[in-house]
Amino acid sequence: MELDTLFRLFSPQSLTLLVLCTLYGTLVGAMPGLTATMAVALLVPFTYFMDPLMAISAIVATTTTAIFAGDIPGALLRIPGTPASAAYVEDAYRLSSTGKSRSTLLVSLLAASIGGLVSVVLLALIAPQLARVAIGFSSYEVFWLATLGLSCAVMTSNASVIKSFASLFIGLFIASIGIDVAVGHPRFTFGWYELFDGVSFIPAIIGLFALSEILRAVSTGKHQPPPIEIRETLSRAFREAFATLARYRSNVARSSVAGTLIGALPGAGADIAAWICYAFSRRFSRHPDRYGKGHIEGIVDGGSANNAAIGGAWTPALVFGIPGDSVTAIAIGILLLNGLSPGPRIFTDNPEIVQTLYGAFALTNLLMIPIGIAVIVLSSKIVRIPRRVLMPIVLLFSLVGAYAITNSVVAVWIVLVLGILGYAMEATGFPLAPAILGIVLGGIVEENFMTSMIKSQGNLFAFFERPWAAALGALTLMVWIFLLGRALYEGYKRQRALSLNTPKREP
Amino acid sequence: MAHALSRMALMTAVTLGTFTATNMAQASEAACEWTPERAVTFIVPWGTGGGTDANARRLASLLEQEMDVPFNVVNRTGGNGVVGHTALARARPDGYTIGAATIELSTMHHLGLTPLTWQDATPIALVDQNPASVVVKEDARWDSLEALLEEARENPGELTASGTAQGGIWHLALAGMLQAEGLPPDAIRWVPSQGASPAMQELMAGGVDVATPSLSEAQHLVEQDELKALAYMSDTPNSSLPDVPLTADVLDSGWTQSAFMTISGPGNLPEEMTCSYARAIEKITSSDAWAEFKASRGSEVVFEGPEQTAELFRETDQQLGEVINAIGLAR
Repeated sequence: MELDTLFRLFSPQSLTLLVLCTLYGTLVGAMPGLTATMAVALLVPFTYFMDPLMAISAIVATTTTAIFAGDIPGALLRIPGTPASAAYVEDAYRLSSTGKSRSTLLVSLLAASIGGLVSVVLLALIAPQLARVAIGFSSYEVFWLATLGLSCAVMTSNASVIKSFASLFIGLFIASIGIDVAVGHPRFTFGWYELFDGVSFIPAIIGLFALSEILRAVSTGKHQPPPIEIRETLSRAFREAFATLARYRSNVARSSVAGTLIGALPGAGADIAAWICYAFSRRFSRHPDRYGKGHIEGIVDGGSANNAAIGGAWTPALVFGIPGDSVTAIAIGILLLNGLSPGPRIFTDNPEIVQTLYGAFALTNLLMIPIGIAVIVLSSKIVRIPRRVLMPIVLLFSLVGAYAITNSVVAVWIVLVLGILGYAMEATGFPLAPAILGIVLGGIVEENFMTSMIKSQGNLFAFFERPWAAALGALTLMVWIFLLGRALYEGYKRQRALSLNTPKREP
Repeated sequence: MAHALSRMALMTAVTLGTFTATNMAQASEAACEWTPERAVTFIVPWGTGGGTDANARRLASLLEQEMDVPFNVVNRTGGNGVVGHTALARARPDGYTIGAATIELSTMHHLGLTPLTWQDATPIALVDQNPASVVVKEDARWDSLEALLEEARENPGELTASGTAQGGIWHLALAGMLQAEGLPPDAIRWVPSQGASPAMQELMAGGVDVATPSLSEAQHLVEQDELKALAYMSDTPNSSLPDVPLTADVLDSGWTQSAFMTISGPGNLPEEMTCSYARAIEKITSSDAWAEFKASRGSEVVFEGPEQTAELFRETDQQLGEVINAIGLAR
C-alpha cells in the first residue's frame, strides 16, 4: 500500500469518520427494523458532499459493523437485526438463555472480524480473477445459487422436513406478492399501490420475530421467561470465546473464504453466505444434532461468512462497475460523481481507490472489536430490563423503522399481519427461519427462473448447459435428494412409532 | 431513471443544451415572483443512489441556495414508479410539494399500472435527458447496427436483448426501433431485468446478445473495452463518446429515443408558482455547478420550460402508446 493512502486513512478526519460510522453501523444493525442497506441510503445525502475516498470508507465501515451488530438483538431478544443473522439466531438465543450471552457475542464479534480481514486479503490477492468468474454468472447460475440458499434453510431446520418446507413456501408466497418481476403484472395486491413493490423483508422480520415474540409474552401472562442473566465475568467470557475460536479455527477459515466467494457472486449477499455456510457447517460437524439447540459452532461459521461476504460483494462492482446490491450501487454512483469510473483498469488508473477500500475494510474490522466489546458490555444493562417493558419499546422502534422504509402505513399493517402469522406458526411448531429466507430470496429465485425460461424459450435443460450452472444445479439436486430421503425416513419412523404405540388387534 | 422517445422533429424541438427566452414566454401574464416561505417536500419516485435520485438531490440542494428554504428529498419508491408519481400528482398544489416526474408518467397508464397520466401533474421543467444506446460484447460478431438488424431480420426471435423491465423505456426503445425499421417489434426478444446494471451483467455473462441502456449507463464498460457501442439513439453525438454512430444517421427511419426527467408539481399548480420554479430551475441549469455535475455523469445539460415539457410528455405519451400497443403490452 502506498504511504500516501496510509497517511490519509490514519488522518484524524478519516479516523474520526470511521469511528463514527462504526458506531452508527452498530446502532443501525442492532435495531431490528433498520438494516445495513437502509443505513447506507441514509448516508447518501452526506456522501454527495464528501471526498469520494472518505465516502467509500464511510459506507464500508457502516455496512461491515451493521452485519455484526445484527447478531446482538438475535442473541438477546431472539430478533435478528438483519436477515444475515437469522440463520443462527436460535443457537445464539439459547446460549444467551443459559447465561452465556457475553461469550456468544464475543465469538460472533471475533469471527466477524476475522471473516472481514480474510475477505480483504482475498480481495487484494484475487479480486480481478474472482470478478471474472462472477461476471460470468447469468440468470441460470444465480437461480441455482439462490435455490441452494433456500434449500439450506430447510436442511438446517430442526423441525421436520415437511414443516420446514411448509414454512419456506409461506415465505415464498409472501415474496410473490407485488408486481411480477418478469412481466410486470401485479399479484395479490388488491389494487393497493403500496403493495406493488411487495413485502419488504424488514417489516416481515419485525412481524415474524419481534411481534410474535411479544404476542407470546402476552399470552403466557405471568409465566414469562425470566430475563436473561449474565453468569460470566468479562475475562471468563474472553477466555471462553478465544478457546471456542481456537477449537473451530478450521470452520472460521473455511467459512471466511466461502463467504467471500459467495458474496462476490451476483444476487448472493451476506444472507445467502450465512445460510449456506451454516448448513455446510452442520453437515460436516461432529455434532449435527446439537445445531439449533444452542451450539456455538454454527455461529462461528455463519458469523464469519456474513461479514466476509460484505467484502466479496465489492469485487464485481469494483472490477466491472456492475453493482451486486444496492449498497455497492450507491458506492458506484459516488465514484462516478467524482469522475472515477470502476472497471478492469481501476487497479492501474486509480489505485488509491482500491487501496483506500481495502484499508478501510481492514481498519473497520479492527475498530469493530473494541467498539463491539463496549456494546456487548452495555447490552447487559439492556437485558436486565424486564421483558414486559423492553418488548413494547422494541416494538415501537421497529414499527417506526418499518414505517420509515416506504413512508407508508402499509408497512405497519404488514408487521401486524405477519406478527399474528408468526405467532400461529410458532404455536404449531412451524420454524420461522425458512419463511424469512423465502421472503428474502423468493424474488431472486423467481426473477432468475423467469428470465432463464424467457431466454431459453422454455427449455429446462438450459439450466444445466453452462458449466457453473451444471455444477451448482447438481449440488442443489443432491441437497434435495438428501432432504427427500430424510423426509421419507421421518415418515417411516413416525409410522413405526405409531404402530408400536397402538396395540395390535388380533385378526 | 428518466427516459424519452422522440422522433427527429421532437428532438429538434428539444435541442439539447439550448434554451431561449421564448421558453418563458407563456409566463408573460404571471409575475413569476412567488417564493416558498417554509420547507418544500421534493418527491422522488425512484430509489436512492440511482440516476433520478442523484439529479434530484443535486437540484434540490441548488434550489435550497436559490430559494433560501430547505428542500427535503423524499424517495417514494414502489410499484414501478406508480407510488411516487401518484403521491406527487395528488399532493396539495400549494407550491410546497414538487418532485421529479420521469418519462414513465407517460407510459405507465398504457401498461395498465395506474389510471394516472402526465395530465394529472403540472410539468415545470425538463432537466435531464439520456438517449438510449445499442451495446454488445466487445468480441461480438456484429460491427454495426445494420449488421445486427440484418441478422434479426433473417432470424426473427433468435437474438435476445435486455436493459430494463418488460415495457420499460429501454424495451420500448428497442421495440420502437425495430418497428420503425420494418421489423417485427419482437424480432429481437426482450429478456426483462430489474434495471440497466443486471442487464449488463447478463450481457457480460453471455446470457443475452444485446443491451439497450442509456449510453451513459454503459459508458464505463465501453471505455474499458468490455463492451462496444453499435449505436446512440440520438441525432447529436455524445460528448464523451463522439465516435458512436447515431441512429439518426444510420437508420432510414431516423429513429431516436431517450429517457427524460422533469421537475413537476401536483395537478393544478397555480401558474404563478409554476413559472417561479421554472425560472429558478432555468437559472440553476445554466450555472457552472450544474454543468460540472452533468459532465460527471456523462450527460448533457438540458432545460425546457413548462410548455415544452408538457409537449414532450404529450408526444411521448402518444408515440410510446403506439409502441406499447404494437408489442401487445397495452392493457
